Amino acid sequence: MTYEEALFYVIAAITVAGALGVVTARNVIHSALFLILALLGVAAVYVLLASEFLAIVQVLVYGGAVTILILFAMMLTRVRDIEGPLDGPQRPFAALAATVFLGTTVLAVTQTEWRGETDEATVVTIEQIGEALFSTWAMPFEIASLLLMVALIGAIVLARGEEGE
Amino acid sequence: MAIILSGEWYDLRDLANPIRELIDALGAPDAVDYVLWSLIAALAILIWLVVSVIAFIWIERRLVALMQNRKGPNRVGPAGLLQPIADAIKLLLKEAITTRDADRILFWLAPIIVFIPTIVVFAVVPFGESMVLADLNVGVLFLIAVAGIMTPAVFIAGWSSNNKYALLAAMRAIAMLISYELIQVLALLAAVLFIGSMNLQAFVSWQDEYNTWLIFILPLPVVAYVIAGAVEINRSPMDLSEAESELAAGYHTEYGGIKFGFFYQAEYMAGFAIAATVTTLFLGGWTLWGLEEWIPGWIIFLGKLYAVFFLYIWSRGTLPRLRIDQLMAFAWKFMLPLMLVNALVIAVEVVVWEETGASRNVALPAIGAVNATLAVILVIGWARVLGHGSGLQRGYRATLTREIGKIYYTGAEVS
Amino acid sequence: MTSEVFNVYIAVLIATIFGFVLVGSALIGNLILSPRQKSPHKGVTYECGMLPIGRSRAQVHFRYYLFAILFLIFDIEAVFLFPWAVSFVELGEQAFYEMLVFIGILAFGLLYAWKKGVLNWR
Repeated sequence: MTYEEALFYVIAAITVAGALGVVTARNVIHSALFLILALLGVAAVYVLLASEFLAIVQVLVYGGAVTILILFAMMLTRVRDIEGPLDGPQRPFAALAATVFLGTTVLAVTQTEWRGETDEATVVTIEQIGEALFSTWAMPFEIASLLLMVALIGAIVLARGEEGE
Repeated sequence: MAIILSGEWYDLRDLANPIRELIDALGAPDAVDYVLWSLIAALAILIWLVVSVIAFIWIERRLVALMQNRKGPNRVGPAGLLQPIADAIKLLLKEAITTRDADRILFWLAPIIVFIPTIVVFAVVPFGESMVLADLNVGVLFLIAVAGIMTPAVFIAGWSSNNKYALLAAMRAIAMLISYELIQVLALLAAVLFIGSMNLQAFVSWQDEYNTWLIFILPLPVVAYVIAGAVEINRSPMDLSEAESELAAGYHTEYGGIKFGFFYQAEYMAGFAIAATVTTLFLGGWTLWGLEEWIPGWIIFLGKLYAVFFLYIWSRGTLPRLRIDQLMAFAWKFMLPLMLVNALVIAVEVVVWEETGASRNVALPAIGAVNATLAVILVIGWARVLGHGSGLQRGYRATLTREIGKIYYTGAEVS
Repeated sequence: MTSEVFNVYIAVLIATIFGFVLVGSALIGNLILSPRQKSPHKGVTYECGMLPIGRSRAQVHFRYYLFAILFLIFDIEAVFLFPWAVSFVELGEQAFYEMLVFIGILAFGLLYAWKKGVLNWR
């Protein structure tokens, strides 16, 4: 076992522990904080795969912005008084949905014909990302901006409605 | 003009030389060499940080006292020099109180999470030609991303204290932090647009090669970055997340002893990190127009870094605190549109330079002049558009006379 | 799978570990050196001398949430801008106009937020 492999298993263990913490923590704020751990672990995996730009983006967008959004969303609600289990009679349905999702993911991973070498991490420079983004994937890129704008306007409309009441 | 160091161990223009020589003498395999070098370098950075913080606690308190006509700490040791050390010992010896209703684990975790990123940031900062711990290709974004981890930590501190002031202050601090983090990202984007690289050493060598500093070419992003940095490190005039009169002591109200010490030190170290970023990206880093051949690069770098940090001390000693609505409006309504426009203008300039193929002696001064003019026009024009033009804001200007401390009011009445 | 890119991050990892060592040693030193005296009054939350009423898990105003979502959106925009910033000279005109459209759409979002008064902190 090379030291990269050893590092990978450590990082993977931390990530999985974080993910488990998200679903098992009693307190929703604790769940959100475990989520940060899991997301940072994923960033570390990106570094192992030599995708440093992706890793930095993961830390910047998920570690910083998304978690803050989730935390603020929780502070909006009156979740503080919930003690005891957060799930209810939906437990079997949740288990079913989770199993189906896991099965689909495993199938997708094992059935896909992965292109390129898997033994060695392919170094993708940020210039290559830029080239791909603005030539091959120009249309999805523009659509992403539309999506972001729709999300923004939706949030504002919802919030304004709440304020009016 | 790259510097050719002699590379001997006694060549202290680059402190990495003696360390490398020492490690080479051991004759260990490359991997061990690398880890050993990283360990020593990380330790050196850590020691430098701690010593700098201790020194600057004294320097700042004396300087601010000087500005505010006070004496400052002057009892412990000659001229109060030992005051920060006495403070450190006091913090270390204080009882670590955790309040009854606090979330104990998170309460202890918060100062640690605030503290760690401020050290990690320095891993990518080039102190000299080879004095950089990790020369990342995405160094510029790394600086921002790692500093951004402090934001959730602030939330943890405020929330786990179970204190209303702390929670409110944390929410407020985060709202400010995220707004100005955006400004920081866009300010750095402007620099990346111009240089075309995200490697910090590439910035230094570009500025060395073209014999200029980026601050002369891109004045607006520098100002934006320094202002946003003041928010990040809770410095007056942006220190309203710890406005004593409104929110007790901010999100670390419940913290005392060494845990408070971590918050305090993290603020200083984050300040050094911002000063280091400004120095490297906009002030030429460890180069000084060829003088780095004679003066060690790291001394030049530290000199510039401390000079930038002095700006924050100066502003703390002189400026009053802003209100939160002013600060948020300034970020979103004023800085954000300005930075976006500025980025597009810089992109156009780079393309025009590329296409005309003008020589650097013509192009750089021209671009610098255009950008400076544009910065003035944009700032004044946009302020006018938003209704903050001249006249309204002038109001009273107090002049303290020397003899009797009498205050004269000059200028127009506030309408 | 050793790569140059990855090796550099070992140094970052080492710096992180050093940070933890420094913090840990200070905390342990504090635990050893500091006095400990339990008292029920010490653990009371500080509220300027008043006894605290209720828990502090207050519900906050939604404007915080709106600023968070604004930040998220513009952060993503900025992140997209960086690959463009390092390669737009080679990519030519098309990429420039694509980015103009991208910024334009998001600027419209900002304008909408502005007009709706979201940017006013009240």
